[in-house]
Amino acid sequence: MKRIYLDHNATTSLDPEVLKAMMPYLTGEFGNASSIYECGRMAQKAVVEAREKVARLIGAQSDELFFTSGGTEADNWALKGAAEALRDKGNHIITTVIEHHAVLHTCEYLEEQGFEVTYLPVDEYGLVDPAAVEQAITDQTIIVSVMYANNEIGTIEPVEEIGKIVKEKGILYHIDAVQAVGKIPVDVNAIGVDLLSMSAHKLYGPKGVGALYIRKGVKINNLLHGGAQERNQRAGTENVAGIVGFGKAAELSCDNLIETAERLTRLGDRLAKGITEKMDHVRFNGYPLHRLPGHVNVSIEFVEGEALVMSLDMQGISVSSGSACAAGSADPSHVLLAIGLPHEIAHGSLRMTLGKDSTEADVDEVLTILPRIVEKLRAMSPLYQ
Amino acid sequence: MYSEKVMDHFSHPRNVGQIENADGTGQVGNAKCGDIMKIDLKIEDDHIVDVKFKTFGCGAAVATSSMVTEMVKGKTIEAALAISNKAVAEALGGLPPQKMHCSNLAADALHEAIKDYQKKQAQ
Repeated sequence: MKRIYLDHNATTSLDPEVLKAMMPYLTGEFGNASSIYECGRMAQKAVVEAREKVARLIGAQSDELFFTSGGTEADNWALKGAAEALRDKGNHIITTVIEHHAVLHTCEYLEEQGFEVTYLPVDEYGLVDPAAVEQAITDQTIIVSVMYANNEIGTIEPVEEIGKIVKEKGILYHIDAVQAVGKIPVDVNAIGVDLLSMSAHKLYGPKGVGALYIRKGVKINNLLHGGAQERNQRAGTENVAGIVGFGKAAELSCDNLIETAERLTRLGDRLAKGITEKMDHVRFNGYPLHRLPGHVNVSIEFVEGEALVMSLDMQGISVSSGSACAAGSADPSHVLLAIGLPHEIAHGSLRMTLGKDSTEADVDEVLTILPRIVEKLRAMSPLYQ
Repeated sequence: MYSEKVMDHFSHPRNVGQIENADGTGQVGNAKCGDIMKIDLKIEDDHIVDVKFKTFGCGAAVATSSMVTEMVKGKTIEAALAISNKAVAEALGGLPPQKMHCSNLAADALHEAIKDYQKKQAQ
């Protein structure tokens, strides 16, 4: 059975060209990038080149990029490092209710450490209101952290508008751009962001590597202490193969960014249109105007998300759901609740995220299989008459 | 992860549907927590002669509902009342720990249906 993978926001496959670029550093070129002999220097050179490629993808200088173990570490470092560094200036952090847990749980930790955090609400599309950011700012505010694009509903936040307000007040601005980088154009200078988190495995790179962009002149405390790697700011022997893979993935996505985004937008529209035509009692989640390309989040009434995911899986289709059961928690997705969905509707949500290898045939196959599954589950549901 | 038995009952649920003029009907759970189970019973001579279910819920909710209908068919009311949620989960080869609470209510639905029957009988 040919599997149809529609969960690219969870992770992506490793691009064969990325693997090819990584292979030498997993085999012969095993040197430690800190070593001064030949294979160490080769590793060092590879890291330098990868840094340039990742920097180019977001319009940064390469010395503003610091490799990490992934998006979660980048978020943790940005928030904890900035909060500690700015403790003398204030203790207030502003973020939003729809952030990824890497930001939300880090903020909760910082609350335990004595910081105060404002979690801004969002509207029915998942949009943060820039005016609300402005109103929340006090003379104690030291950090504003907003995600670039939401991982569950795909909504792209007004990060530039928010950036203007935040910079005017001279406050540090962090963006979790894990879901945006590689999918839509991201330019750190256009936004005026100080810290920006990203991850390689969301753009056909390897798992276990990410990066934090730190604007030149911005000082934050270190998260990891140890060796002098990453210019004394992130200790730990470089994950050379991973970093090289990240660089190659960044280069490839840079080359095809607009073209792929347009194609995925069309495919996503085809999927959404087909769902609307073939099923009743469905509602789409996320901002219709500015959403990640190829991102479809739909609530299907009278059925439960995990049952949908399992049924689709048995037919060879991989998707995810914001239902409590699918997430292994007591409540459905905090993002779906934040946009005002009642629990029972949130439980029946399905997230389908297309990727560069997705085809029209994949979409059409889903449009054949999904309505059958929904019909079967609804026939079983005491809520459906 | 789910056992093979859970997967089997989820993908081929037994006794789905409803019984016209059921002798007893029980419903438990709520949509807010994501699981609702409804069981209809046909009872003759103190024996459960037919049973149907409808469930809104995850894989475990569907599988436990399906399993309890199999376990109870042909049983006396007394024997049916002795079936616990735990016994249903065990018959399925166990459930993941996070599913033991919210999605494991099928025996409760069965007991509610029997209570409904007994209430009707008493009237």
